[in-house]
Amino acid sequence: MPDIELKNISNYICKNINLKIWDKELFVLLGSNGAGKSTLLNIVAGLIDYQGTVFFGKEKIDKLGVKNRKIGYLFQDLHLFPHLDVFSNIAYSLKIEKKLINEIKSRVEELLEMLRIESLANRYPKQLSGGEKQRVALARALAFNPEVLLLDEPLNKIDLQSSKYFRIELKQIQKKLGITTIYVTHSLKEAEEVADRIAIMHKGYIEQIGKPEEIFFSPMNENVSEFIGRPNILCCDNRINLGNGIAKVDCQGLSVVIPDDNKKVNKIALLPQDIYISEVLPPGPNINRFKGNIIDLNISNETTRIKVKVGSIILLSELPYHLFKRMNLQKGKQVFLIFKLKNIKCLS
Amino acid sequence: MIFSRIIKSILGIFPIIIFLILWELMARMHLISGKFFLPPFSMVVSEFYNLTASGVLGKSFISSLSRVLIGFSLGTIAGIIFGILTGWYYLLDRTLSPIISLVYPIPALGWLPLLMLWLGIGEILPITIIFICSFFPILYNTSTGIKTVDKNYIKVARSLGASDKEILTSIVIPLALPNIFTGLKLESGMAWRVIIAAEMVAIPTGIGALMMRAESLMRIDIIIVCLIILAIMCFLFERFFIFLEMIFTGKWR
Repeated sequence: MPDIELKNISNYICKNINLKIWDKELFVLLGSNGAGKSTLLNIVAGLIDYQGTVFFGKEKIDKLGVKNRKIGYLFQDLHLFPHLDVFSNIAYSLKIEKKLINEIKSRVEELLEMLRIESLANRYPKQLSGGEKQRVALARALAFNPEVLLLDEPLNKIDLQSSKYFRIELKQIQKKLGITTIYVTHSLKEAEEVADRIAIMHKGYIEQIGKPEEIFFSPMNENVSEFIGRPNILCCDNRINLGNGIAKVDCQGLSVVIPDDNKKVNKIALLPQDIYISEVLPPGPNINRFKGNIIDLNISNETTRIKVKVGSIILLSELPYHLFKRMNLQKGKQVFLIFKLKNIKCLS
Repeated sequence: MIFSRIIKSILGIFPIIIFLILWELMARMHLISGKFFLPPFSMVVSEFYNLTASGVLGKSFISSLSRVLIGFSLGTIAGIIFGILTGWYYLLDRTLSPIISLVYPIPALGWLPLLMLWLGIGEILPITIIFICSFFPILYNTSTGIKTVDKNYIKVARSLGASDKEILTSIVIPLALPNIFTGLKLESGMAWRVIIAAEMVAIPTGIGALMMRAESLMRIDIIIVCLIILAIMCFLFERFFIFLEMIFTGKWR
């Protein structure tokens, strides 16, 4: 499978994109709607015009049409051919390649088994659930042994639970096949779970490329920080194992209890919505509860972001607006912050 | 399942039986008289038998049927071919669509005087009329069907390595079938209506001509026999295409 390199890629949405995706890597393009992720995917596929150069390995492929780029493309809306049953949908590219009937049969059966959809072979797309359609579309994209796999928001049509299992399976299949993959999503959680590396896109530009933890713990600029939810990032040391899967660390003067996996912890991160705010000292053990003073309020229609100074550090908390309205929060007021233990992310 | 189907069939036939009984009773009791003379249904059946036995009805029917089959088949084949071409090739569509838009609204029977002068009174005339009657609507429906296939299916097929020709034959035409069948269903009945009208006006043989002869003899029973045959043929042709549509698209639609 080839490395993919994009050099100075531009078109009506993408702006001067330079990017290298390694062989067998699962690379995620992450960004909000309209960021240019799908457009970039279509550029790699050769489905739309662009300026710049795309390399597969050392070969320039700009002049190759989509047919010759050996790309398996899982489109956002899947678009299974409604007039073909599952078997024929998967076999489509093989029939186009004029493979022998026996070869087609054995390849399709292999894919049906790999994606655990053997029982669906004779069904038509209208008879499939969202998750089943997803699997069939993936099998169809993989049928002709593509060198590169492009996945455009592959999980957006299925429910949360199915999506969770399918992305684990997707990652396993990708690693098993060792196929260089570009995966587009707008979900940070999804990206963190599947990605080897992530590129954050914003308004046609790539803002940052890195491993998921690098993106989360070291956002390079405001756009990236805002997209990933403006996490509170604290430097930590002096980890003490408390047993029962938890440890205590000193984070810039705060003593924070964190989930423990027996690794040194350099930083912790906590999203604003994972810090509760209370006007009174909350009941229960005094773990991850900190007293501070409100120094700023940013009120919008849906959420309110509250900056609280705790000792020498400033933490950002977020409340749904309807909860904020019920409380009497104002600048200078003393409040208590509670960290959601299970949502604390640790950087080793 | 089978039981419910039988019930449905009986429910479908039941109103027709009631209608025929009422017709028979009203005619026998002379509830409709004078210039609206209505023969009883039994007399129509009897006349149907007489006409069939004498061979008059069979001969007229075969004349009309062969005209419809030949004209409609040719019109359908040509309409589908041109419809596919204009739906798929943009330039061809742009070139031909002004002409088609001008000619399409002309009713098939509107061509009759011109064609009578050009072709004379012979078998070619009704076949040509049926051809015109079928060709334009089927062309229009096919072309629309081809054009309205979701472009994303084409994109997907292209990404799977299909050439334009392969996309057309394996994706676009099959997905346009529902539109094509809509045209066929509508126009198969229309072909019968037009042939009867044409035969009444200009052609001395066929069911339409038989009706005109019956009219001159004030044989309402024969007229009704012909009308019933027309209704049955329209119904059967439409059913035939519904059946074909079910075979070709029923599984996936």
